[in-house]
Amino acid sequence: MTASTDETGAGPREATTGPTADAIRETCIAIRELDAWYGDIHALRSISLDIAYGEVIALIGPSGCGKTTLLRCLNRLNDEVEGARVAGSVRLDGQEIYARPVDPVALRARVGMVFQKPNPFPKSIYDNVAYGPRIHGLATDRAQLDDIVHVSLERVGLLKEVRDRLDEPGTDLSGGQQQRLCIARTIAVGPEVILMDEPCSALDPIATARIEDLIDELAEDYVIVIVTHSMQQAARVSSRVAYLNHGSLIEVGETNRIFTNPQHKLTEDYITGRIG
Amino acid sequence: MNMTTVVLLLSGVGIAAFYAGRSRALRLGGGIDAARHLHSLPGYYGYFVAIWATLPAAFVLLGWLLVRERLLIAWVVTGLPESIRELPPGQLDLLLNNVLNLAVLPDAVAADPVIAAATEHYRAAVEISQWSVAVAVGALAMLGTWLALRLVRPGFRARNRVEAVISRFLVAASSIAILTTIGIVLSVLFEALRFFEQVPLHEFLFGTSWSPQTAIRDDQVGSSGSFGIAPLLAGTLLITLISMLIALPIGLMSAVFTAEYSTSRIRGVVKPLLEVLAGIPTVVYGFFAVLSVAPWVRGLGEALGLDVASESALAAGLVMGVMIIPLISSLADDAIRAVPDSLREGATALGATRYETIVGIILPAAMPGIAGGVLLAVSRAIGETMIVVMAAGLAANLTANPLEAVTTVTVQIVTLLVGDQEFESAKTLAAFALGLMLFVITMLLNVLGLTFVRRYRERYE
Ligand SMILES: Nc1ncnc2c1ncn2[C@@H]1O[C@H](COP(=O)(O)OP(=O)(O)OP(=O)(O)O)[C@@H](O)[C@H]1O
Ligand SMILES: [Mg+2]
Repeated sequence: MTASTDETGAGPREATTGPTADAIRETCIAIRELDAWYGDIHALRSISLDIAYGEVIALIGPSGCGKTTLLRCLNRLNDEVEGARVAGSVRLDGQEIYARPVDPVALRARVGMVFQKPNPFPKSIYDNVAYGPRIHGLATDRAQLDDIVHVSLERVGLLKEVRDRLDEPGTDLSGGQQQRLCIARTIAVGPEVILMDEPCSALDPIATARIEDLIDELAEDYVIVIVTHSMQQAARVSSRVAYLNHGSLIEVGETNRIFTNPQHKLTEDYITGRIG
Repeated sequence: MNMTTVVLLLSGVGIAAFYAGRSRALRLGGGIDAARHLHSLPGYYGYFVAIWATLPAAFVLLGWLLVRERLLIAWVVTGLPESIRELPPGQLDLLLNNVLNLAVLPDAVAADPVIAAATEHYRAAVEISQWSVAVAVGALAMLGTWLALRLVRPGFRARNRVEAVISRFLVAASSIAILTTIGIVLSVLFEALRFFEQVPLHEFLFGTSWSPQTAIRDDQVGSSGSFGIAPLLAGTLLITLISMLIALPIGLMSAVFTAEYSTSRIRGVVKPLLEVLAGIPTVVYGFFAVLSVAPWVRGLGEALGLDVASESALAAGLVMGVMIIPLISSLADDAIRAVPDSLREGATALGATRYETIVGIILPAAMPGIAGGVLLAVSRAIGETMIVVMAAGLAANLTANPLEAVTTVTVQIVTLLVGDQEFESAKTLAAFALGLMLFVITMLLNVLGLTFVRRYRERYE
């Protein structure tokens, strides 16, 4: 299948839409002919996609089409899955992440991930956020670590809610707070890219709105790749949308255009609710 | 008519009642499509009738079997002449025993006319009682069948009745386990209390010397017996400690390996092997300890210029440690694998290495479960008997030196009760006091351990 791909940052239409359109600069992640398998299951088929700095790209598509798999290829989390294989090329800032010398552990510090279900560690709120900086040696003393923790919590709007109970377990927070804690934990490591796999699917509408606002704010500093099942959410937070079906990238384009004028029949069927 | 026949006949009645009940239900329900008119499936009506046919009769039969002996003897006694009934109880019992023994031998006739008469009397009583019981049981079975059959109507809730009976049976079955436990605990408790009448509690708990040899005859000298439990507890503790020093690190590391590092193929080999280790009878570990490990420890000690007893706490502890490895590793493996994958992935996605993830996230999260497992393992080590009986020795030394021979609570219980014993002596009763002690300790550890394990399980529901 062929993907009809807009050239990112090209064309006047691109420059006039989306909150972050001005910031679109150069390619951050370049995916070329990426294939992925779980044992015999061919989960991704020859995906080619460029993700640029300053953009929020939403991956949509029916259940089982490979959205999560694509995300997990970007931080090599699928390396940990028994029987998972990947072929093709993914470049981060021009550097091949599947090349031999690349340490996946170091890669994951640059490409953070937020999961579908909030998964705070059974530790204190403070330690949840401090965990990443600690293992990467980002702070030389306690004061510096405090600083990172506070800035990260502030960044996700959680600091004023939990300032007095940083010692309490992160698992005691509400679902929405837990998810923001997980985002804080991710940005505490200082990544360039944040992968989000249906980050709001376990949350109520109010908590969802908070996370969506947060994504808008974070978009200034991070490249965000978000998987979502909600068209509204994709429309609200993303500047571009990529539609996957059966492991293939069907269509990718600027958000407004995909929703108003999809080029591909499958895309149209999906966004109008005929499949998926 | 003997009892086996009665039981067989009753079973026959039950089966017949089942078919009678079922066919009546089918007939009243209207033949082919009876199932639509009946409240319950036809079979339930059959079971219902069968239950009423057999259960009351079976209870009567059972009740009769329980009191039979006593009733028959009472019956024989009333038939004896006055002079013999007035005999002292001991002699009367002897005579009755004679009667009972004679009665079961066919054609045997006693020389003593009184006994001969009593035997005849007894035989007649047995005959009559068996017939009357058989008749009573039969009548009850008929009555039950008839009453139950009358109840069988299409709207009758046979299933609910049958299920109620079944649930009673289940309750009864589970109470057997509970009642047995309570019975054992109480009997140990009462015997222990009798022990404490002879030996004061504080002497037992705080005395530092254990030598349970009491004088059996008055003219024996030198063995007044002392029952201080301290050396036994010290020995138990020492061996437990040594075994945990072996089992804890090895078991934990093997659990981390199987749960986190091994591929599913390796896991498929390692886990069953560990379970084989867990299935080896402790007596095998015991002779392994005596024949291989103890001499080896002794030889090693000698090579180092140390004085090692031929039965040392170290040898027993080492082998017990090996025995406990699979227990710890399997409980810890469960605890580690119960940590949700989302935590693993969360840490990995932050750039933690596998080792960092395990040490920083997985093990802390699994700690309550692991701690619970360790407590269970400790209580297992404390209660373990065979290995220490064979390898630890009998010397009640109050020592912390693992190279000396020590003895444990379990070993002493065994030695106190092996061989001919006088049941009333402090020496024998001491076994019960030790048993009570052991029971209290291991029960506390188990309760604590299970609480940990359970609380931990709930956390990730
Ligand atoms: N760990 C795994 N082992 C085997 N097969 C897997 C595994 N994870 C995913 N798959 C398979 O790979 C395909 C793509 O799965 P993926 O999770 O990427 O879909 P998805 O688009 O994220 O779906 P959803 O919207 O339901 O989350 C599916 O067919 C799925 O069954
Ligand atoms: Mg998914």
